Amino acid sequence: MTLKLPIYMDHAATTPCDPRVVEAMLPYFTEKFGNPGSRNHSFGWEAEDAVDNARRQVASLIGADRKEIIFTSGSTESNNLAIKGAANMYQKAGPGEGKPRGHIITEIIEHKAVLDPCKRLEKEGFDVTYLEPGPDGVITRAMVESAMRDDTILVTIMWANNEIGVISEIPEIGKLCHEKNVVFHTDATQWVGKAPTDVNADNIDLLSMSGHKIYGPKGVGALYVRRRRPRIRLVALQEGGGQERGFRSGTLNVTGVVGLGKACELCAAEMDSERDRLLALRKKIEDKVVSELDVVQVNGHPERRMPHLTNISFGFVEGESLMMATKEIAMSSGSACTSASLEPSYVLKGLGVGDDLAHSSLRISLGRWTTEEEVDYAADKIVEAVRKLRDLSPLYDMHKEGIDVSKIEWQAH
Amino acid sequence: MAYSDKVIQHYEKPNNVGNFGTTAEVKQRKDVGVGIVGAPECGDVMQLQIKVDDQGNIEDARFKCFGCGSAIASSSLATEWLKGRTVDEGLQIKNTQIVEELSLPPVKIHCSVLAEDAIHAAIADYKKKNGIEN
Ligand SMILES: Cc1ncc(COP(=O)(O)O)c(C=O)c1O
Repeated sequence: MTLKLPIYMDHAATTPCDPRVVEAMLPYFTEKFGNPGSRNHSFGWEAEDAVDNARRQVASLIGADRKEIIFTSGSTESNNLAIKGAANMYQKAGPGEGKPRGHIITEIIEHKAVLDPCKRLEKEGFDVTYLEPGPDGVITRAMVESAMRDDTILVTIMWANNEIGVISEIPEIGKLCHEKNVVFHTDATQWVGKAPTDVNADNIDLLSMSGHKIYGPKGVGALYVRRRRPRIRLVALQEGGGQERGFRSGTLNVTGVVGLGKACELCAAEMDSERDRLLALRKKIEDKVVSELDVVQVNGHPERRMPHLTNISFGFVEGESLMMATKEIAMSSGSACTSASLEPSYVLKGLGVGDDLAHSSLRISLGRWTTEEEVDYAADKIVEAVRKLRDLSPLYDMHKEGIDVSKIEWQAH
Repeated sequence: MAYSDKVIQHYEKPNNVGNFGTTAEVKQRKDVGVGIVGAPECGDVMQLQIKVDDQGNIEDARFKCFGCGSAIASSSLATEWLKGRTVDEGLQIKNTQIVEELSLPPVKIHCSVLAEDAIHAAIADYKKKNGIEN
């Protein structure tokens, strides 16, 4: 077999850099090393041109104007800047005034890079509503609408979820926010570059994206900040040289920015064919696993999901041993027990997936270079591993004997 | 998580996997002691069964385990060590010996504790079924 092991199937965690991206970046480490802020010589101009070009490439991928792109260090920073920056700008009352500062709407299955800034704001006097999606994981316009209040200043809902790939009703939620004059931010880290995006048609005010999820480099990302209808203002997180129109001071990571730009250009060109290919591969894994095993479930909405990502729970096998049995395939486990905390994924719990199933889940995410051969190998391996572990599992025996494992009074230790 | 070679060996080729009958069957059998410890939501459940002869010697032992590699290895090792001992000698197996044999890291010590608990539970079940006082 020509298959090279281990097989990488964790593209939702990070992607390899496309060699074309690396090639575009290389000159900016050495001969074109200038600071784009140097206005007085050709070294600076050259770097500025490169940044401008990248800004255009990023903007074009999401239907924005290049003046609306702020380069950051990644989605974590973009989310922090968008959420804290908007909350502090649009607050109803300042800190220490003893009055409610404003209301923010988000959801319980956001990435920590959204949840933790929201929790911080809560401590600082803002009110936050954490919407709970149903078992399908989708946040709808209606859910957001029913949480809206007179003092709502910001809605932040992710476009596609990083653990289950479920897609929320983003254009519809954006429309609602614009009707109500509420700022709308979306963490589009897992969406942009993989599906068509138009910040105008989709009614987005603030959008976070990251280079390393779209075959660009790590440590670089962007925040889209709407400039017209309405013009969005933010309180900056860091102050200094006033770069990025004062939203984000600090000399730009020019090589990273160039790489991000190139990555966006490639995604725009290849998105359509890649999407169909990846969807067919994902379905192949899901079909194989579901048809060959009992007590399995594919988590999240059956259709509203990213083409490259699937999250599958297997009853009566334990997550860490499942990872061990499938160690030639690099995937994520739905359980954080490898970090010794024994906490099942809060995202799966948020969908109402029971602890037992949440513990034994695999997130498989495919990418630009995933082959059909790799997919076949992985699907076979997973089926084999689950069968092996079920042969060892007392719970699977009980299940087959007709005993309801969830009704037993276990002695937790 | 890096596993020791011994854990990997047991995990890949566990010893004495199985049982001496269905849940209902082993409940009726006086020569079989059953211990089930742990909880699915904690990520491990161990089932240990011992088969004891007339002289009180453990002639056979079987396990099933829902848990991580270390839990599987700990229970596999426990069955190996139980075989050939008397019931009372079985009680002398300590979790620290399992930790040492398998080079378990601190975060996996609970797996060895669980194995010791399973041994005690299986022996207690056997004694109870046979009216043996502790
Ligand atoms: C949905 C989502 N938001 C934010 C992040 C954080 O992105 P970054 O690593 O660029 O800070 C990630 C990646 O882990 C993500 O998947």
